[in-house]
Amino acid sequence: MNDQINTNSVEAQARRDFLKTGALVVGATLAPGVLFYGVAHSRAPEEAASSDKRYGLLIDTTKCGNGCNDCVTACNTENGLSGETGPQDSQWIRKVDIKDLRTGYVQSLPMMCQHCENPPCVDVCPTSASMKRADGIVLVDRHTCIGCRYCMMACPYKARSFVHEPLTDQNPEVPRGKGCVESCTFCVQRVDRDEQPACVEACNKQGHGAMIFGDLKDPESELNKALKSASSIEVRADLALNTGVRYQGI
Amino acid sequence: MAQEHCTNQGECRTGQFITLLALGGLVILGALYAFFTLEHHGHVLTGMNNQVVWGLPHVFAVFLIVAASGALNVASIGSVFGKDVYKKRAPLSGMLALALLAGGLAVLVLDLGRPDRLIVAMTHYNFRSIFAWNMIFYNGFFAIVGLYLITLMDRNLKGWSKPVGYMAFFWRLALTTATGSIFGFLVARAGYNSALMAPMFIIMSFAYGLAIFMVVQSSMYYWNGLVLDDGVRRRMKNLLAVFVGASLYFTVVFHLTNLYFAKQWDFERFILLDGGIYTQIFWIGQILLGGIVPLILLFMPRTQDAQKICFCFLAPLLVILGGLAQMYVTIIGGQAFPMQMFPGHEVTSTFYDGVVAQYNPTVYEWLLGIGGVGITFVLTVIAVRAFKFMPQDDFHVLQMRRSTD
Amino acid sequence: MARLANWLRLVALIVVAAFSAAATVPAAAGVDLPKIEKGKGDKCVEDTQFMRRNHMDLLKHHRDDTMRKGIRTTKHSLKKCVECHASEKSGSVAASKEDFCAACHSYASVKLDCWDCHATKPGKKPPTQLGQGRVQMQSSPLIAATQPGESK
Repeated sequence: MNDQINTNSVEAQARRDFLKTGALVVGATLAPGVLFYGVAHSRAPEEAASSDKRYGLLIDTTKCGNGCNDCVTACNTENGLSGETGPQDSQWIRKVDIKDLRTGYVQSLPMMCQHCENPPCVDVCPTSASMKRADGIVLVDRHTCIGCRYCMMACPYKARSFVHEPLTDQNPEVPRGKGCVESCTFCVQRVDRDEQPACVEACNKQGHGAMIFGDLKDPESELNKALKSASSIEVRADLALNTGVRYQGI
Repeated sequence: MAQEHCTNQGECRTGQFITLLALGGLVILGALYAFFTLEHHGHVLTGMNNQVVWGLPHVFAVFLIVAASGALNVASIGSVFGKDVYKKRAPLSGMLALALLAGGLAVLVLDLGRPDRLIVAMTHYNFRSIFAWNMIFYNGFFAIVGLYLITLMDRNLKGWSKPVGYMAFFWRLALTTATGSIFGFLVARAGYNSALMAPMFIIMSFAYGLAIFMVVQSSMYYWNGLVLDDGVRRRMKNLLAVFVGASLYFTVVFHLTNLYFAKQWDFERFILLDGGIYTQIFWIGQILLGGIVPLILLFMPRTQDAQKICFCFLAPLLVILGGLAQMYVTIIGGQAFPMQMFPGHEVTSTFYDGVVAQYNPTVYEWLLGIGGVGITFVLTVIAVRAFKFMPQDDFHVLQMRRSTD
Repeated sequence: MARLANWLRLVALIVVAAFSAAATVPAAAGVDLPKIEKGKGDKCVEDTQFMRRNHMDLLKHHRDDTMRKGIRTTKHSLKKCVECHASEKSGSVAASKEDFCAACHSYASVKLDCWDCHATKPGKKPPTQLGQGRVQMQSSPLIAATQPGESK
């Protein structure tokens, strides 16, 4: 249906608008009476994640509070992590302090799974447990993860943790357990309800507003407007992984 | 009673045979104890962590797997390159290759976070993953080398041994290429990420495999009260020297290349100069004990009377030690060195960014790793006793050849 | 390994054979059925007999849909199973031997590894499910035919 509308459209510039209308039309015809909220944006539970979206995150390091740890705490609470920081403890998001060796300029920034378009962890996983969802969120399928840790060897961002101990009392929405590898999921359980990841929410609550989450494929999204307005980089751009998380101010 | 089954005098020392088996069994039991303990409590009991994710078990596993393909080399020189002395040793070489691979794979599997899901690894293949390809190569290696052993030991199938031998030869090259590429394909880390990994692993596998073969061969001759022919010994010792030399050469080229790239200087300084334990293991273990000393032992000029002294046991033993040292430096040193996410910046975090990762193997990791060696040992001891793996040299031919040397 | 596994299997077989031989006499007198703690739901999303045979397939299918595609329907989700079937006593489906999942699984001696990762208790505060309106809509006449009695 989208295609039909697209081929009918003469003006290339109007394509995006038509797509949106297309989504409306699809929703209206396929599921009358079912889709009664958030028509163009939220996804129905029975609808699969679609590659029409790609979730991304922009982090403005100039706004990130030095010493503020709220994103980390929020992540731990949401995902049921202990918050301990021993060498064997899981950390899905961490604050990294960097100091320019030549100029002495100090910055602080959150580092987590960068949700690459070409994720090395997905390439190396022998069982395809490490996977990228259609909407660009990189996840570990714990049902097929054998705990070989090759993805941890391959990740350039040290984004992944291995669960070293048996766990109990997990958050029902965030299953996690011994012997599997895990990492930031962009709070996929929240994103699927059209909410922001816990870290982003916490950052906004604190008033820093250093993190903008959104759809990289939607030109009207706040994320894309911010990306267009100032220069941003991906960490380890030399690897050409086209990360979903980008940084401003480094 | 047992006397009747003896094909030569050495096979009748049943008491000693059982002692060897019991020793090996004890080592395997240790590994099983470690495995079940880790399976219950998790990897929290190991020294491994989120920075050094592959530890001592992988050092042993990768060493055994690499040595497995190398051990087959003796057979390949016989079947593929037609050298008679090596052809006589082909069955022993093939059997050792299988035993080594079994030991290595066992360690690899027992160290998984979810070893109970091994079946998943065998049914879900991601063909972009070099690790998945390795599993195919390992399984194929068992099949092809098993077939090769049958063609070597069955009179009626002798004619097939050459084509199957060729197949085994190319398969083992592919296998070691894939094993080296497990590290070579890691774009993220400074210590790996090099096309040189695959050929370097192949040349090292030649050295480690032949070294293990020589140690086993010497032990078998000693066990049976026999002395290996001087000519055979000289050939094998020279071959080992060539392989050890070539391994050293590859190591030098690997590090020279890194030294040429400014972005790799920090990593090279870490391994070669100030990496603490890793620097020590590199220079003392890998280079000195595993390379230079064996070369000196093997090439030491001898007087006519001392010709008999060959160091055909000591030199290869040192090569094996050096091999384990090399794996430790490659695998653990490569992970301990901090990843460079922000070049030109000093980095600190709660997740140990920017600092050299700590790794202290615990007793469970030692038990697992040495257990792999135990499995290889037990399989070898049983195979050598149950089948005729003793090299059957044609001494008449050897004599003739020597006079024309 | 394979050799070891075979030996272990053989040993296990012998042990099982010995035990079952020993247990034949009392077993003939009548088997105790698993005792299951009461949960809160009155009827399941599917017929009880159907569920007994097919719950694992439903769960596995749903798990792949949710995990890999992001489909988050609630009818066959493990989370929803737990919300209904958690026992009144322990609040869990697998804390005691008589809780819903544990009761049958220990009776049939089928090992579960769901609970290595998944919570055995419902969440403290049920999350604001956007699809809540939908759950009711999914109730089909099929379910009306469900026989009660699962909780007993």
